[in-house]
Amino acid sequence: MMKSIKNWILIIFASSLLIACGQQGGGSGGKKSKTLDNTKKAGFVKCGVSQGLPGFSNADASGNWTGIDVDVCRAVAAAVLGDADKVKYTPLSAKERFTALTSGEIDVLARNTTWTLSRDADIGLTFVGVNFYDGQGFMVRKNSGINSVNDFKNGISACTNTGTTTELNMRDFFNSKNIKYEPIAFEKADEVVQAYDAGRCDTYTTDKSGLAAQRTKMSNPDEHKVLPETISKEPLGPVVRQGDSVWEDIVRWSLNTMIEAEEYGVNSSNASSLKESDNPAIKRLVGAEGELGAAFGLDNEWSLRIIEQVGNYGESYKKHIADTGILPNRGPNELWTKGGILYVPPAR
Amino acid sequence: MNFKNFKINFKNKRDLIPQVITVVFILLVIAYFTMNAQNNMGNRGISFGYGFLSQESSFDIQFSLIDYDGSHSYARAFLVGLLNTILVSVIGIFFATILGVTIGISRLSQNYLISKTAEWYVEIFRNIPLILQIFFWYFAALRALPLPENSINFYDISYLNVKGWYVPKFIWTNFNIFLYSIIAAFVVIFSLNRYAKKRRDESGKQIPTLLISLAILFILPFLTFLIGGVSLTFGIPELEQLSTTVFVYKNGVSIIPELISLALALSMYTATFIAENVRAGILGVSKGQKEAAASIGLTKGQILKLVVMPQALRIIIPPTTNQYLNLTKNSSLAAAIAYPDIVLVFAGTALMQTGRAIEIISITMFTYLSLSLSISVFMNWYNKKMAIKEK
Repeated sequence: MMKSIKNWILIIFASSLLIACGQQGGGSGGKKSKTLDNTKKAGFVKCGVSQGLPGFSNADASGNWTGIDVDVCRAVAAAVLGDADKVKYTPLSAKERFTALTSGEIDVLARNTTWTLSRDADIGLTFVGVNFYDGQGFMVRKNSGINSVNDFKNGISACTNTGTTTELNMRDFFNSKNIKYEPIAFEKADEVVQAYDAGRCDTYTTDKSGLAAQRTKMSNPDEHKVLPETISKEPLGPVVRQGDSVWEDIVRWSLNTMIEAEEYGVNSSNASSLKESDNPAIKRLVGAEGELGAAFGLDNEWSLRIIEQVGNYGESYKKHIADTGILPNRGPNELWTKGGILYVPPAR
Repeated sequence: MNFKNFKINFKNKRDLIPQVITVVFILLVIAYFTMNAQNNMGNRGISFGYGFLSQESSFDIQFSLIDYDGSHSYARAFLVGLLNTILVSVIGIFFATILGVTIGISRLSQNYLISKTAEWYVEIFRNIPLILQIFFWYFAALRALPLPENSINFYDISYLNVKGWYVPKFIWTNFNIFLYSIIAAFVVIFSLNRYAKKRRDESGKQIPTLLISLAILFILPFLTFLIGGVSLTFGIPELEQLSTTVFVYKNGVSIIPELISLALALSMYTATFIAENVRAGILGVSKGQKEAAASIGLTKGQILKLVVMPQALRIIIPPTTNQYLNLTKNSSLAAAIAYPDIVLVFAGTALMQTGRAIEIISITMFTYLSLSLSISVFMNWYNKKMAIKEK
C-alpha cells in the first residue's frame, strides 16, 4: 500500500510541475500580426455573423450573405486579400459568438453586437468601432391599447432573446418603473417571434432595428407596432480578439474608410476616377497619395479596393437597411455633417 | 461503489507496470490540456476564477421555485436553474413511468385494438427526434390555446390559456403542524406494516394494511384542521385587464406552458422506451412460472403481483435507469422553448453576461454528472433490493 501512495505522490508532483511550466510559457509576438499572416495563408477572412437578421447579416436561398455587418467582413477581405468575396461566414448564436472569437474559430465578429465596458475589458475582446447606433425598444399589437411604455402595467409578459444586453436592459427598465413583469427568454430569435406571434407574450423587446426586421416575419406585420421610446443605448460594432493590435487596426480602419468615403462623396462608381482629385483627403482615400497601407503591412490601394468592391457606408446602408424597408430613416446613423453622429477619425 | 474488487496484488509487481503507465498517461493528457487552456487564456487576457458566482446577476428569471430576482447572485441563479431542471425531470420521470408501464402492458394485451394502438404509439413517438416533439407540443399548444380573456374555464377555479394554466393558490395558516401530522402518519403506517408482516410470518393472519393506512393518512391530517389550528384558504385566479386587449390572471399559481409542453414531450418520448423495457421484462418471465403459480391456486392478480412482476422488475430496472438518466439529460433541450432550466439560465444567460465559458460549462457538466450519478445510485439500490435474495 505504501508503495502505491508514493507512486501517486510522484505522479501528482510531476503533473503539477508540468502545469506550472505551462503558466510561464506564455508570451506575445512583436509587431507582426499572426492573424493577418494566417488570413493571407488561408486565402479568406473568417467572419462570424448572425443566424439571420435581415439588413445586418442574412443568407439568401443560395447561401449568399448580405447586410451591413457582412459588408464589414467584405471590406476587410477586400483590404487584406484584394477580393471582397473571399470571406468564410460562420453563423453564430448570441451565446456562441464570443467563445468562437476568443478560441480563434473566427477572426472578426460582425454580428450586431453591443459595445459594453464588461465585454470590451473583461473577456479578451476589443471593439473596433460602431457600424450601427441602435437602441432597445418594444413591439406590441396595434389593438392592444398600449401607445407608450407608460401604459405597461404589473403582470405584463415580455419575450426576448437570452444572452443579450436586452435581457439586462429590460430588467433595469421595468425595475425603474416599478412594474412586475414576466420575462420569457428564448435562445433563438425565430422562436421569440413565433411565441410573440402566438400571443404567449404581450410585448417583444430587442434592438429597434431588430424589431423592424423581425416584424416582417410575423404572420400579419400590420397588426404590430414599435413603441416610440428607446430604453437603452446599443452601439453595435465589429469585434476582434485582444492581443493582435495590427489586425485590430486593419478592421477598425476598414470600417472607418467606408464612413470617411461617404463623407467625402467617394463611392463605388467614382472611386478610381477620383485619383486625380484636387482634395488631398480624397487622394489619400483612393491610395493616390501617402503610404497609409504600409502602417499595417498592406499595399497602398487597400482603401480603394474597399470603396470599389463594397462601397461607402451610405451605399451599404441604403442597399441593406433603407431599400429593404427596415429603417428608411437613418436617424443617428447619418453623417455628423448631416445631423447624425457618424464621426470617424481622419485617415492620414 | 464496491472497493473490494479494487485491491491490487502488490506481490506481482510486473502486473502493476502497465497500470501505472496508463495512469501517468491519462494525467499527462489532462495536464497538457490544462496547460494549453491556461496558456491560451493568458495570451488573450482572459482571467480564470469562480469569484463571479457571488456577483449580482442583474437578470430576471421567468419561473423559480425559490425567491429570486436580478439582485441575487449568479450562484442563486444557478440554484434556480438547477431546481427547475430537477422539477421537470421529476415530473417527466413520474409520467413517463406511468405511461410507459401502461403502454408496455397494453402491448401484451389479447385485445387487438389495444395492443396495436400501443404498438403504433411506440413506433411513432420513439422515431421522431425529441427536439421536434418539444417544438410541436409547445407551438401547437400556443396556437391551440385561447387568449386569457377567452380562457378554458374549469368550474370557475382554474383557467387554461396561452399564458399558462392558472390553478388556485393554497394559503395556509400553521402549515408546519399539518406537515408534521403527515410525517407522523407515515411513521405510524410504516410501523403498522412492519407489525402486520411480522404477524403474518408468525401466525399467518392477514391484516388489511392498505385500508388502515389510507384511513390513517386521511384522519390524522384532518384532525389538525379540527383541533390543531390549521386552516386553508384558496387564492382563486382572477382575470385582470391591463389595457384594451391585454389580460392577465392574478392571485392564482401559473403553471407556465413551457413547463407543461416540455414535461409532456419528455414523458411521451421516454415512455416509449420504458414501455419496451416493461414488455421485455414481462415476456422474460418463463411461462412455467405462471403455470406453477396458477397450479398452487393463486388468483390472476396474485400471479402478476407475487410471481411475474418481482421477476420482471429485475429485467426492467437496469435499462429503465438508463431512460431516467436520458430524460434528465434531455431536459437540457428546454432552452429551445424558454423553459428556464440550468442550461438556459446558467450556461446561457449567465455565461453570456460574464463571458466565463470554461468555468460555467465545467460547473454545468459537473452538475449533470452529479444528477445522473444520484439517479444511478438510487436505482442501483432499488435494483439490489429487487434482486434475488439467496437464502
